[in-house]
Amino acid sequence: MTDVTDDHVYLSLAEGHGESDARWAFGTGFEDPLHGVDTSVPAGTDAVELAAACTALGDDALVGAQRLAEWCTRAPELEEEVALANIGLDLLGQARLLYARAGQVDGSGRNEDAFAYFRDAAAFRNVRLAELPNGDFAFSTVRLLILSSWRLALLTRLAGSAADPVLAAIAAKGVKELTYHRQYAADWTVRLGDGTEESHRRMRTALDAVSPYVDELFASRPVSGIGPADLRDEVTGVLRQVFDAAGLALPAAAPLPGYGRAGDHTAHLAPLLAELQSVARAHPEGAW
Amino acid sequence: MTTTHSAPSATDGAEQQLQEQFDASIAKDQRIEPRDWMPDGYRKTLIRQIAQHAHSEIIGMQPEGEWITRAPSLRRKAILFAKVQDEAGHGLYLYSAAETLGADRADLTERLIEGRQKYSSIFNYPTPSFADVGVIGWFVDGAAICNQVPLCRSSYGPYARSMVRICKEESFHQRQGYELLLTMMRGTEAQRAMVQDAVDRWWWPSLMMFGPPDGDSPNSAASMAWKIKRHTNDELRQRFVDMTVPQAAKLGVTLPDPELRWNDERGRHDFGTPDWSELQRVIKGDGPCNAERITRRRTAHEEGAWVREAASAHAAKTAARIPDAPQTQEGTAA
Repeated sequence: MTDVTDDHVYLSLAEGHGESDARWAFGTGFEDPLHGVDTSVPAGTDAVELAAACTALGDDALVGAQRLAEWCTRAPELEEEVALANIGLDLLGQARLLYARAGQVDGSGRNEDAFAYFRDAAAFRNVRLAELPNGDFAFSTVRLLILSSWRLALLTRLAGSAADPVLAAIAAKGVKELTYHRQYAADWTVRLGDGTEESHRRMRTALDAVSPYVDELFASRPVSGIGPADLRDEVTGVLRQVFDAAGLALPAAAPLPGYGRAGDHTAHLAPLLAELQSVARAHPEGAW
Repeated sequence: MTTTHSAPSATDGAEQQLQEQFDASIAKDQRIEPRDWMPDGYRKTLIRQIAQHAHSEIIGMQPEGEWITRAPSLRRKAILFAKVQDEAGHGLYLYSAAETLGADRADLTERLIEGRQKYSSIFNYPTPSFADVGVIGWFVDGAAICNQVPLCRSSYGPYARSMVRICKEESFHQRQGYELLLTMMRGTEAQRAMVQDAVDRWWWPSLMMFGPPDGDSPNSAASMAWKIKRHTNDELRQRFVDMTVPQAAKLGVTLPDPELRWNDERGRHDFGTPDWSELQRVIKGDGPCNAERITRRRTAHEEGAWVREAASAHAAKTAARIPDAPQTQEGTAA
């Protein structure tokens, strides 16, 4: 590696700060996430419905990313630090695109940050499973497996059939990411289900805790023509296959009343948002 | 630690010859690779340095990591999340480089959480405002780059190669930090005050990142002779000051050193003397956040023990179930 000399690197650091050099790091440099995309809404599309779908899917992703960020510096191994951050970053990227689309479609012109930072819990439309506290690594793994299996099925259909080509493109990008998220969670589900008595016990406890929140994934209002009920067989089939391999089963549980998609939330969402929004709201005129 | 670069006297002619070959490789600026013979002192010095560097990356995730959940825009959240993830990746490469010398990651982690190995003292300072994220990128990553760019030419191959990648990523981080500060300085009065306050708090600790003055640096001589290190602490500190002063002017902040001025004769900046007693206090464990940082790392490690045990148990069971299969293929999703 003789090409890297001190002087070369020092010079590149000392050179002028180019305003045009917007790509500070891969995937993080853009100001307008949908820059260059034809953002007109196709004729015949229900703009209210489309904006609601983008917002709800964006909320699932943002809240999920926030919970994954809470694992940072607390993961059981360095490889898991890297993996959980990858998944969190993917979801954060999905949220940004979905919010940008929602703001275009609903006519408000709101940007991604208006959706993330300046709405209260009652306006969020994420499913409640996403907002539950992380618990231990077993709980976070089970939650990630269920949410990523469900979201993968949902985005796969949207990628193929969404009336809005922008949403379809966002979904297609998400499919690649979620395929990895589900694989990661499935691998850990099998390891922990099969591993030791303690890990098996923790997984069973986690499954008991999540089960009342699963029905909501399939019972809430349709998203852009995809009835979540259509996904139930596919998703439960995937989950059964993984849980079988792990020596586990998702217990039947009475569904919790209400729907996150309707603005019903647990007591855990408001503190999550208070933390997420704290700096932005302390400096509402701030430039970041 | 040894302060001389010559190995203990060779016990026989063969070792003498190996030592001569090693010395010749160093003299010719050739890389030492894991399978090459090397003196014990060289190996121990490298393991110590690489482990401390790895620990610094991992502990260094904490001060900024605290702001990921509170970053005030989604763009900044993504940038910060990616940066802290990069630090975990750097820790991984560096532990791997240490393992090529016969060290073991689990053992090094134990040494860290038991306080038997150090990490960079800069991470024992608190991060009370979001401007700290920008100033850490600008100063701390900038100082790390000054320290680390010469390590890309370190005589030990795996360390040098990992430093190439790490320096490229840290260069990104420094620019991201500086860009955040430029943006904040164009914002509100409160934001400008936050930036200046963070600059005031981080300037002197950043200068201390280069280590004690050359006359007081016990390990430098051997590391220089072995070409593990290539510049003295004071040389690197001077480079950092010279690089940073024009950036501060462009940003519109004041560096908190009344003695800081351009010296025409030297063609470099003169600057004041850091409070070295503070560095000694922080190194000894009395910095503002030493206990908090180690406790967090220890807690994560201990709370993760059952997960690592389960992964090992599953791998062993899988291997037992399929006797000829390697232990790597585990459960798969649909």
